[in-house]
Amino acid sequence: MDITELTVHELQEKLEKKEITISEITKAYTGRIEEKEKDVQAFVTTLCSEAQEEAKQIEEKVAKGEITSKFAGIPIGIKDNICTKGIKTTCSSKMLENFVAPYDATVVEKLKEENLINLGKLNMDEFAMGGSTEYSAFHVTKNPWNLNTVPGGSSGGSAAAVAANLVPWALGSDTGGSIRQPASFCGVVGLKPTYGLVSRYGLVAFASSLDQIGPITKDVEDAAILLNMITGHDEKDTTSEVKEKVDYTKCLKNDVKGLKIGIPKEFFGEGINEEVKKSLQKAIETYKEMGAEVEEFSLDIANYALATYYIIACAEASSNLGRFDGIRYGYRTQNFSNLKDIYRNSRSEGFGSEVKRRIILGTYVLSSGYYDAYYKKAQQVRTLVRKQFEEAFEKYDILLTPTSPTVAFEIGTKSSNPLEMYLADICTVSVNIAGLPGISIPCGVDSQGMPIGMQLIGKRFGEEEILNAAYTFEQKIKFRESNKPQFKGGVC
Amino acid sequence: MSREDYEIVIGLEVHAELSTKTKIFCSCPTEFGAAPNTHTCPICMAMPGTLPVLNEKVVEYAVKAGLATNCEISRDSKNDRKNYFYPDLPKSYQISQFDKPLCEHGYIEIELENGEKKKIRLTRIHIEEDAGKLNHNEFGGGSLVDLNRAGVPLIEIVSEPDLRSAKEAEEYLKKLKSILEYIEVSDCKMQEGSLRADVNVSVRKKGTTEFGTRTEMKNMNSFRSIVRAIEYEADRQIDVIEEGGIIEQETLRWDDVSGKTFSMRDKEDAQDYRYFPDPDLVAIRLSEEYIENIKNNLPELPESRRARYIQEFGLSEKDSNLLTASKHLSNLFEEAQGICNNAKAVANWLLSDVSRILNEKELEPDQIPFTAEQLAKMITLIDKGTISSAIGKKVLEELFEEPKDPEEIIKEKGWIQISDEGAIKEVVMKILEANPQSVADFKAGKDKALGFLVGQAMKETKGKANPQMLNKMFLEELKK
Repeated sequence: MDITELTVHELQEKLEKKEITISEITKAYTGRIEEKEKDVQAFVTTLCSEAQEEAKQIEEKVAKGEITSKFAGIPIGIKDNICTKGIKTTCSSKMLENFVAPYDATVVEKLKEENLINLGKLNMDEFAMGGSTEYSAFHVTKNPWNLNTVPGGSSGGSAAAVAANLVPWALGSDTGGSIRQPASFCGVVGLKPTYGLVSRYGLVAFASSLDQIGPITKDVEDAAILLNMITGHDEKDTTSEVKEKVDYTKCLKNDVKGLKIGIPKEFFGEGINEEVKKSLQKAIETYKEMGAEVEEFSLDIANYALATYYIIACAEASSNLGRFDGIRYGYRTQNFSNLKDIYRNSRSEGFGSEVKRRIILGTYVLSSGYYDAYYKKAQQVRTLVRKQFEEAFEKYDILLTPTSPTVAFEIGTKSSNPLEMYLADICTVSVNIAGLPGISIPCGVDSQGMPIGMQLIGKRFGEEEILNAAYTFEQKIKFRESNKPQFKGGVC
Repeated sequence: MSREDYEIVIGLEVHAELSTKTKIFCSCPTEFGAAPNTHTCPICMAMPGTLPVLNEKVVEYAVKAGLATNCEISRDSKNDRKNYFYPDLPKSYQISQFDKPLCEHGYIEIELENGEKKKIRLTRIHIEEDAGKLNHNEFGGGSLVDLNRAGVPLIEIVSEPDLRSAKEAEEYLKKLKSILEYIEVSDCKMQEGSLRADVNVSVRKKGTTEFGTRTEMKNMNSFRSIVRAIEYEADRQIDVIEEGGIIEQETLRWDDVSGKTFSMRDKEDAQDYRYFPDPDLVAIRLSEEYIENIKNNLPELPESRRARYIQEFGLSEKDSNLLTASKHLSNLFEEAQGICNNAKAVANWLLSDVSRILNEKELEPDQIPFTAEQLAKMITLIDKGTISSAIGKKVLEELFEEPKDPEEIIKEKGWIQISDEGAIKEVVMKILEANPQSVADFKAGKDKALGFLVGQAMKETKGKANPQMLNKMFLEELKK
């Protein structure tokens, strides 16, 4: 038995039956990291020896009955824009290359309460801006299915690490698709929760009104378990919702009879790869077979979602990233003779080109004279997007779309063409704009054997419906049983 | 044309630090004077990933200020980001309010020199966070940032351009300061910078309706400087116009030493603050009930106290004005008169001798060291004839030096009034003997001579003799 092949709920069962130990699990993972990390390069920081030490301590405490949490000793990987006390949080940027936060993000505190073990910090596009993890200032993470392709992004390190069994599960963050798209590219499950379900405290902000932390896992049940751990109102984040706690594993009923699924036809139009379309059609047929009621409808406002997204996200980012000024922490230029030089040179040298591009875009759309035409207009469209989704959810329980117009593309093919890169977000951004939950699960592979992702969108706080729908589908097609990453290629 | 042909137009943006215990978006203390960067946390230092949480007290205090200045309170308000780079601004944006301030359309009434009342309209009051402080070359070379003040809550009170002279501006500021002190939302310590004003000045020819181009002087923190700066700047603008020049809209620096304004010359980039709603904070929604509740619990304002002093204690309008201008003075008055039951005497002492000493020592009323009880006791001692008013003045000086029970002071100093008939007679006889000329003058009908003799007797007893008894006894003896 390869421990790293198991899902977390399987690991937990075996722990409970004392078939394996906490130390064995950690050891299996650190061994796997040693073996495969050089190919995948999913991490920015690995904590292998620390994790083994921690495993021992937790094991002892569990034996003495001092720790009773159900998932104590399960390892996890954390995207490197989520602050971890005493451990570097770099956002894969030169700007924060040596930044160590003196505090834990709220989600990290919650994981510590569960006695999970941090295996390391996972690579990403710099400041979560990008869809391929090629914009990491440190290294490009490879897709375990084909090492010549990207893992997607920005949570590419998280998705690749889960796919390559370097971690059993991971936390990512999603501003416009950064959990779902890499999950889709890497053939794993990625859930972006409803805006406000998970505290953002300690998540280094990209676009505050869009960012959410969420799970990237091997299967839907694990996603529900990890979601259980991280949800809840946080006094430190006033945008986090005060809401009764839900056990998301309880909604996995393996039954979609009578479920009303809406298919927004705009998500199947031009630019969507034919093989992706075909795979999605098949998934739709599967849902019909399982007793769901499927209907096509028009969500035409989605055509404006991408433009809206890039205006709002860049505007907020231009302000959020102002604090990286070389004054208090982070990168400071060696080359200055006055204050303006410190600002100009620290930021010019510390940020990568994509981050700079978005800061400039965002600064522009907020500038006086342009504010009304761009930012204000985008906010108005945002209201319309929300409204059209609300109307759709009066008729349907969930919506079904592709997660990404294509499968994972080859490294280097899009990184020099920002517009093409932005278009890869077309299926996911409207979900963030509307603040809704979305999950990506694998629904098949293309002719090259690369995974294709299906996105299910729920109404506000409708995580239960999409988790159940995803779970039921997963149980039916059993994707993991017949498809595994092959670590193809990778000659470089 | 001469200076008299011009009218000065002044608008003020006053920043008042609110006296909440903790900062506006985190739980760091707001106390002034701590060692640099000791009142900081990841939030007010703008560490990545941290988020602001609005201190509800700040909203409450701002609403109080709005209600006390006749503003309309917005039921639906929000926080906005004002973006600019400066080392004292850790997030590189200040959380402020842009288009939906908490309070709008208020006014404050001031009294002009001719006794007339004038309403000065308030455009708005909004909440925002203070920035940190730069220390230039104070701790060795270079500039170091102290973020203790970063995130201290402020309200900005913006007036309409209704003020027409430096004097009016001063009256407005005094009135505003006193209101903020009364409702206890700010301690208004100008020397600590907790009340400061940006002053906008323009001039125009009398009779015109259009405003002239204005200049702005930022962060002024003394009434005296503001008055001087306005007068200087108005004169300068008039000179420029008279010489055919044009006023440039710019920010000026007032130099208190030279008494002049200087151009800051930092016009390289006209600031574009790129305001937008702060997505980290939810909208501020206030219920009728919430506002009503604050309204009902608003403390008595100077206006109402003033009226009460005239009616209840029979004080003059002028005295009532002076007493109520400072909440500390007014509180001291109320408390002391409650103890000694002599409102007029308390008012007189506070407005004459106490105010004189405050002036001499350059102290503010809140720095008066003695208690209302001590003041009241001193007045009671005078009323009972234990000490004279002259000794009272000396006791007051002592109270400023080392405040304690006035009875103890007079015992220690041996200042108890001589009211013993025998002793007083002795003094009277001695003075009469030594001043035959005055005796003769009195007998010749010069009543003034009596005053002189009493004065001599007081001098002889170092002010301790009971003046009424002295008077009486001198008359008796002189008429013999």
